Amino acid sequence: MNALFSELLASGPVVTDGAWGTLLYMSGLPMGDSPDAWNLTHADRVEKVARSYTEAGAQIVLTNTFGANRLTLKKHGLADRAAEINRAGVEISRRAAAGRARVFASIGPTGLMLMTGETSEDELDAAFEEQAEALAKGGADALVVETMLDPAEAASAVRAAKRTGLPVVACMTYSAGKKKDRTVMGTTPEQAVEVLTQAGADAIGSNCGQGVEGFIPICQRLHAASPLPIWIKANAGLPEMENGEVVYKTTPEQFAAHVKPLVEAGASFIGGCCGTNPEFIRAVRKTLAA
Amino acid sequence: MADLNALRQAVINGDHTSARRITEEALGENTDPLQIVTGCLVPAMDEVGRLFEEEEYFIPEMLLAARAMKESMELIRPRLTATGAPSSGRAVIGAAKGDLHDIGKNLVASMLEGAGFDVHDLGVDVPPEKYVEAVKTVKPHLVCISTLLTTTMPALKKTIDAIDAAGLRDSVKIMVGGAPVTQQFADEIGADGYGENARSAVQKARELTARGAA
Repeated sequence: MNALFSELLASGPVVTDGAWGTLLYMSGLPMGDSPDAWNLTHADRVEKVARSYTEAGAQIVLTNTFGANRLTLKKHGLADRAAEINRAGVEISRRAAAGRARVFASIGPTGLMLMTGETSEDELDAAFEEQAEALAKGGADALVVETMLDPAEAASAVRAAKRTGLPVVACMTYSAGKKKDRTVMGTTPEQAVEVLTQAGADAIGSNCGQGVEGFIPICQRLHAASPLPIWIKANAGLPEMENGEVVYKTTPEQFAAHVKPLVEAGASFIGGCCGTNPEFIRAVRKTLAA
Repeated sequence: MADLNALRQAVINGDHTSARRITEEALGENTDPLQIVTGCLVPAMDEVGRLFEEEEYFIPEMLLAARAMKESMELIRPRLTATGAPSSGRAVIGAAKGDLHDIGKNLVASMLEGAGFDVHDLGVDVPPEKYVEAVKTVKPHLVCISTLLTTTMPALKKTIDAIDAAGLRDSVKIMVGGAPVTQQFADEIGADGYGENARSAVQKARELTARGAA
């Protein structure tokens, strides 16, 4: 294991952060706008999200750079500001963490399909390389490739992240199939382990796509297939609609009740995805400390 | 003689080169274009949908099959129009306002086309007023709205409400879909139908338009 992960995991499983998007929308981000652009225009509000997680006890905070690759930013007319947005994103999380938490910078999918020719391997490689380099320059401690659906795109991002010399976490989203154990592209946890390990991942994981209970079998399978540390970021159940608002019904306590089973299933890094907030992270931290 | 069984198999296998070649052969021999669609493409896409539900096919296989079907349809469509063959109905489809994701929406659009619908694709990030406009101009039998994000789920309701407010609600059937959408959610916002996946969306579309036409 790399030195950073060894140090972090020396005293047991580590708490990461929770959802960012929902908190940014609550701070006034208009629907359909680029959340990542806020690193330049609303840095104070982005920093508040990162700080809320640090204060809740997160030992690792991510960055507001999930969609900050030039292919996604292009949809908002911001392709040429990719490097700047990524660097700013890391700097914001570092300020918020203020040495109390490590900053793992987020790299999400482009949303373009390789197999239909919407993008090419070369275009993906270049976009992820640009993003990973900027994140490393901003001072990230590690890089997290997350919410990936297509193994080819995930591998491109992991290879680019790896070239920076930083440790790399690689996660895919399992939400398809009767057992919700495939990505929408049909990838199984075992196939993901093979592809992501070969691309150079230092930790393997899963985030988003389903409620926390569904992550236990996924975690077991990832752990059985790989000696690498396992990273889990689960949703707060499935979204429901109430009075025109999207709500998640899982409570922080219900979520935290799955922490021990996740650790038993092999999880080393535990946090939340859609529908979670600092209260969830506080509850996870408390459970792990107990 | 063009081998229509082989065409069906080519679509199922996602082999667009063969699909195009056999379609050209068949049309060259003056095969009834409607016969190719109903006897060949529709059953092929049904089978693709079944394989998807059986979890033998995932999105990559679906996309390849849809492409093969589309290439065949492109050759057939001019002939169909020339013979005045009836379509299954007109459908307007798009991703909800604020949502830039189109993989699922495109898949449903292709499958609807494969089922003989005349599909008008409004694209992504479609505001409610654009749907209202399309309902007025296209006069569809069916409106399909998709969302991948949970954050844009309320836009589905706003779109239905806008069509209602424009006094057009009774003229169309409305279907919703996308990863976070459930039957319960579809019922809550007053949609007529919901498809858990592309195949069930097409089945529902057939049901709804058959009822609408009665």
